[in-house]
Amino acid sequence: MSNLEAKVVLENEAIRDEFPILTREVNGHKLVYLDNAASSQKPKVVLDAILNYYRFDHSNVHRGVHFLSQLATEKYESAREKLRDFINAKSTKEVLFTKGTTEGINLVSYGLSRSLLKSGDEILISEMEHHSNIVPWQIAAADSGAKLVVVKVLEDGTLCMDDFREKLTNKTKLVSIVHISNTLGTINPVKEITKLAHEKGALVMIDGAQSAPHQKVDVQSIDCDFYVLSGHKMYGPTGSGILYGKEDVLNSMPPYQAGGEMIKNVSFEETTYNELPFKFEAGTPNIEAGIGLAAAVDFMEKIGFEKLTRIEQELVAYAHERLSEVEGIRFIGTAPDKASVVSFVVDGIHPTDIGTIIDKLGIAVRTGHHCTQPLMDKFGLPGTVRASFAVYNTFEEIDLLTDAVKRAVKMLK
Amino acid sequence: MPEKIAEIEQEIIDEFEFLPDWMDKYEHIIDLGKNLPLIDEARKTKENIIKGCQSQVWLYAELDDNETLAFTADSDAIITKGIIALMIRVLNHQKPEDILNADMGFIDEIGLKEHLSPTRSNGLVSMVKQMKMYALAYQAKLKQNG
Repeated sequence: MSNLEAKVVLENEAIRDEFPILTREVNGHKLVYLDNAASSQKPKVVLDAILNYYRFDHSNVHRGVHFLSQLATEKYESAREKLRDFINAKSTKEVLFTKGTTEGINLVSYGLSRSLLKSGDEILISEMEHHSNIVPWQIAAADSGAKLVVVKVLEDGTLCMDDFREKLTNKTKLVSIVHISNTLGTINPVKEITKLAHEKGALVMIDGAQSAPHQKVDVQSIDCDFYVLSGHKMYGPTGSGILYGKEDVLNSMPPYQAGGEMIKNVSFEETTYNELPFKFEAGTPNIEAGIGLAAAVDFMEKIGFEKLTRIEQELVAYAHERLSEVEGIRFIGTAPDKASVVSFVVDGIHPTDIGTIIDKLGIAVRTGHHCTQPLMDKFGLPGTVRASFAVYNTFEEIDLLTDAVKRAVKMLK
Repeated sequence: MPEKIAEIEQEIIDEFEFLPDWMDKYEHIIDLGKNLPLIDEARKTKENIIKGCQSQVWLYAELDDNETLAFTADSDAIITKGIIALMIRVLNHQKPEDILNADMGFIDEIGLKEHLSPTRSNGLVSMVKQMKMYALAYQAKLKQNG
């Protein structure tokens, strides 16, 4: 074992101890969990935060004068502050709790289709978008009369910036682009994209579902108008997430859902809405999810992004190296800037067949179109096998994956 | 005359019992997939597709001389081919009425459903349903002609 490998093993052992689920068996084999782009596992601090919240602190937030209500409110709002700091937003007014990236995008597409977007306007997305960054804009376009315009992806999975520059015009009112592709792992130049879009007067939304778990996000540095992420992909609970929006832009949008909490005054004649962020948070929120997500942020910050990103980059490089041994393998997505995801096909074998066989050996990967059907159609594929990494994965697990894929290919040929 | 449906089902149950673990069972399913009576390429049409989430399946049936059904099929995934080959092995060259009455209990008996992903398991249910739909259609046609 090289010194580097030995160091990674030691680092990983300490991190893995934090994740109870990683010790379980699947189909009589040790679990090898490589489906982190779909959802990551949860460390003990997150599990404890959720349990302790219900055990000691639970009540409804923002409502009561009693002790527990104030305590729950304090915990929930300090979770918001933690998330604000995590993405470096200016103010907690700009940090809305959502149930995840999908809800964040839908909130914005709903709001913009009823305010900014008009007939003849254009919405710019890319070929590598997840369905959740395509379909809401199709609906917004249909509702507002705007047109959806799609930027091309190059063969290696890089976003075609020439095509982006060409399609970005004075008609473009909104650009919504993924930060890191869930299928290809491509890291897009979001800062440059934002700068170019702003020069044309367009708003920018960045889908950060796959970036927030793997690298430091700084919304002020990117300067985007909206940034969305999902807690469950970054060691937090399902049903947690953040929509960041610039204060003035959020203020210009109508509310998404209506109900308690989002109002200031209600009468049958007229209702006035609450201030940010509460204007967009109707009803009792998923309090435990917000608190669990803050604990996940603590977990990631304790490791530190420098180390976290480095470990994952080493895993991706090693996975490419080992999997290259598989006969007939072809990697889908080989952009120079890529993160956390290794997507591949093997000549003459359906990805689902590989996924089914290696599952019997305890290995969890995703197979299929990864909710990016237009991208799969572009590459002429029914889908890929996708191994996606988190900070707790190991070189040994990549060895097991490689052996399992080799065995599956031998059976299926 | 082919064997009775129940007899073929029992044969399959015995075969699978003999295979010790699911890797072996899958190996067997893959072998069956390689021997699937393939659908005529011209019949790989939209109408003959059973669309699952992850792999495509084409299925076709026609009446043969004995007024029984002859099934052909294909899929882009070999394990799916194996699964449909198992279904065809049980229902091929059977009378429409017998196909409609077949309980296909062997599927649960060999634990096939619980070893498939939910999408594949749904696909399996759709396959059997489609085979029975063919049986129903041809039964009606035979009655009309008879």
